Amino acid sequence: MEKEQFYYDNKIVKMFFIATIVWGIVGMLVGLMVAFLFNFPNYMEGISWLSFGRLRPLHTNAVIFAFVGNGFFVGMYYSMQRLLKTRMFSDALSKVHFWGWQLIIVAAAITLPLGLTSSKEYAELEWPIDIAITLIWVVMGINMIGTILKRRQRHIYVAIWFYIATFVTIAVLHIFNNLEIPVSAFKSYSVYAGVQDALVQWWYGHNAVAFFLTTPMLGLMYYFVPKAANRPIYSYRLSIIHFWTLIFLYIWAGPHHLLYTALPEWAQNLGTVFSVMLIFPSWGGMINGLLTLRGAWDKVREDPVLKFFVVAITGYGMSTFEGPMLSFKNLNAIGHYTDWIVAHVHIGTLAWNGFIVAGMLYWLATKLWKTKLYSNKLANIHFWIGTLGILFYAIPLYVAGFTQAAMWKQFNPDGTLVYGNFLETVTQILPMYAMRAFGGTLYLIGFLIMAYNIVKTAKAGSTVEDELAEAVPLKKISATRIAGEGWHAWLERRTVLFTVLTTVAILIGGAVEIIPLLVVDSNIPTISSVKPYTPLELEGRDIYIREGCNNCHSQMIRPFRSEVERYGEYSKAGEFVYDHPFLWGSRRTGPDVHRIGGKYNDNWHFNHMLDPRLTSPGSIMPQYPWLIKNDLDISHTTNKLSAMVTLGVPYSQFELDKAVYLLKNQAAEIEKNLRQDPEFVKNYGDANMQDKEIVALIAYLQRLGTDIKGEQTAQN
Amino acid sequence: MNIIFILIIASLFIAIVFFLLFIRSVKTGQYDDVYTPSIRMLFDDELVEKDPTEKKITN
Repeated sequence: MEKEQFYYDNKIVKMFFIATIVWGIVGMLVGLMVAFLFNFPNYMEGISWLSFGRLRPLHTNAVIFAFVGNGFFVGMYYSMQRLLKTRMFSDALSKVHFWGWQLIIVAAAITLPLGLTSSKEYAELEWPIDIAITLIWVVMGINMIGTILKRRQRHIYVAIWFYIATFVTIAVLHIFNNLEIPVSAFKSYSVYAGVQDALVQWWYGHNAVAFFLTTPMLGLMYYFVPKAANRPIYSYRLSIIHFWTLIFLYIWAGPHHLLYTALPEWAQNLGTVFSVMLIFPSWGGMINGLLTLRGAWDKVREDPVLKFFVVAITGYGMSTFEGPMLSFKNLNAIGHYTDWIVAHVHIGTLAWNGFIVAGMLYWLATKLWKTKLYSNKLANIHFWIGTLGILFYAIPLYVAGFTQAAMWKQFNPDGTLVYGNFLETVTQILPMYAMRAFGGTLYLIGFLIMAYNIVKTAKAGSTVEDELAEAVPLKKISATRIAGEGWHAWLERRTVLFTVLTTVAILIGGAVEIIPLLVVDSNIPTISSVKPYTPLELEGRDIYIREGCNNCHSQMIRPFRSEVERYGEYSKAGEFVYDHPFLWGSRRTGPDVHRIGGKYNDNWHFNHMLDPRLTSPGSIMPQYPWLIKNDLDISHTTNKLSAMVTLGVPYSQFELDKAVYLLKNQAAEIEKNLRQDPEFVKNYGDANMQDKEIVALIAYLQRLGTDIKGEQTAQN
Repeated sequence: MNIIFILIIASLFIAIVFFLLFIRSVKTGQYDDVYTPSIRMLFDDELVEKDPTEKKITN
């Protein structure tokens, strides 16, 4: 058959290339701002949209979806065209994908600092943006599958299998985890409550790591490592086994994020078993990547690209060893809620994701701009400074995590806690936080050097936006092979696209209808004394969500002696049945707050929010002065209550009708309490505090964990 | 814990999709040759010649 000539689309690759660098810098810069807040909690004093709880989600979303996401798209658009010997299915779809994705990132960068968040980790974006993500993701999927269908190379190389898995799984995960009932343009409630919400969230959360930070990067590894080394992958057979076992195991591992919580035991064990099994495909993949360089290690000494790849693959191996280990309950009891986990994920992100993307960008820069790299020396400096940065980031945090966990669990011979004041366990690790910020700074400097190096390279090179190539078209051997474009083949293609769209539509439609029904009638053991939040408490809870308190404070006391001694009775599943969304948190930078209700008086909370160092000298919590200035927005209170009723929260008709009246009554009550302190009267006597946001937050905090006081024996 | 059934169904759905893809890929001969693909991807097919007018251009 005659050879056909066609053009590869390099322009779209370049667009994503630039976006990766820009968002990489932004995301890491926000990370650095957040890191410095640990040691200098006051340096962004009083600017609500720069407080830790709002910036931390911005950092995670920016590095995951903007930096790594765009990095994946760079490699995908470059390698798919070449592996499949065809241009992308549609230039228009490529452009829609690019601009849509960047707009979503901009929307995230605006809404998250404004406190518009659903609070679920790595899924914080509110419902309108969630819908946009779904649409753009489907656009990408159609473009991807369309390209596969018009390929000129029959065999689908393993990298593309990883891309397909990424598309399919992220679509399903995203939809299920973001089912929510809107109450206003940028506020919604998760349809799931408490334990159920936690389970869905970590089913999503773990698989976001699996299918957004792992499978796409593995696809890049299987393409760019052999290309850069100019050797075939060590074992193609092993890569196929790696792919299929990995995707079948990953989806079940989520519950290891919820060990020792109120999640049923069997679900926890299921998560552990699958997590442990995951070490086999993961290490198979790591070995496959590293052994590709057998006999080429002399090249590693010369070529900065390969250096980045070696550290990246090693990082993959380290974090996938650590993951299964941390899934064992006895190790998890130590690591969970500490900085150990933060160190663990940063080995995965800085070493594995960051370095595989960096290596790929260096290699691609020379291909896209048809020139040599501006400076190998600068690339080597980036490599070493970045590697040092990773070590300075991770090692202090491992020490910090272990130190803090040990301090939390330390008992005196008389049975009291040695470090009864949580703050002691925080101030102890402040030097480690400083070193972490230093490591992060090094890493960012390395990244900036790369940006400079690549700008210089691009300026020296020439732009070839459409690259000519030729290949023999596929012979039709069955109806599914598209080459000659008969009507039958055309229909087949339509069918596949149609199936993709229908599947997505069915999933959305079905999920929206079925899930609330099932969720409302839950068989979680109910506790009769657990009642829905009052309107004021509900508003306070929304402020807690807006300020991102759950980024530093857990609401889940595990059944350990050390935790019960420190915080009070351990948390029961039945206490969370009205929590849409759940707020268990995943990290204790500050103490657990599930039993904070009634522990301090209202004035303590007032002063603590105004300046945490007034009540707790040495605290690293940010200040929240705006809570005392801002009026509480009660325009949606009734809507919020009705949304909760839709979700099965038993508010009475009276509460619905009189929501605002009840809210104001309770607020007045709290102001009365506050006025018992002469200092308060002196400073804020004329402020009409009952209309301010702080009162709602105090109401919520004072309610937390108090429902089951006095009847702890009734449960269990 | 009703939600767990939904999650299991969703997970199984994904697993089945991948299982069908796996069966199909084996049946259509994707994995008959586990050596050539690893070599083939190393060769670039980009052309140096600038005038493609002689031959048929498609997408």
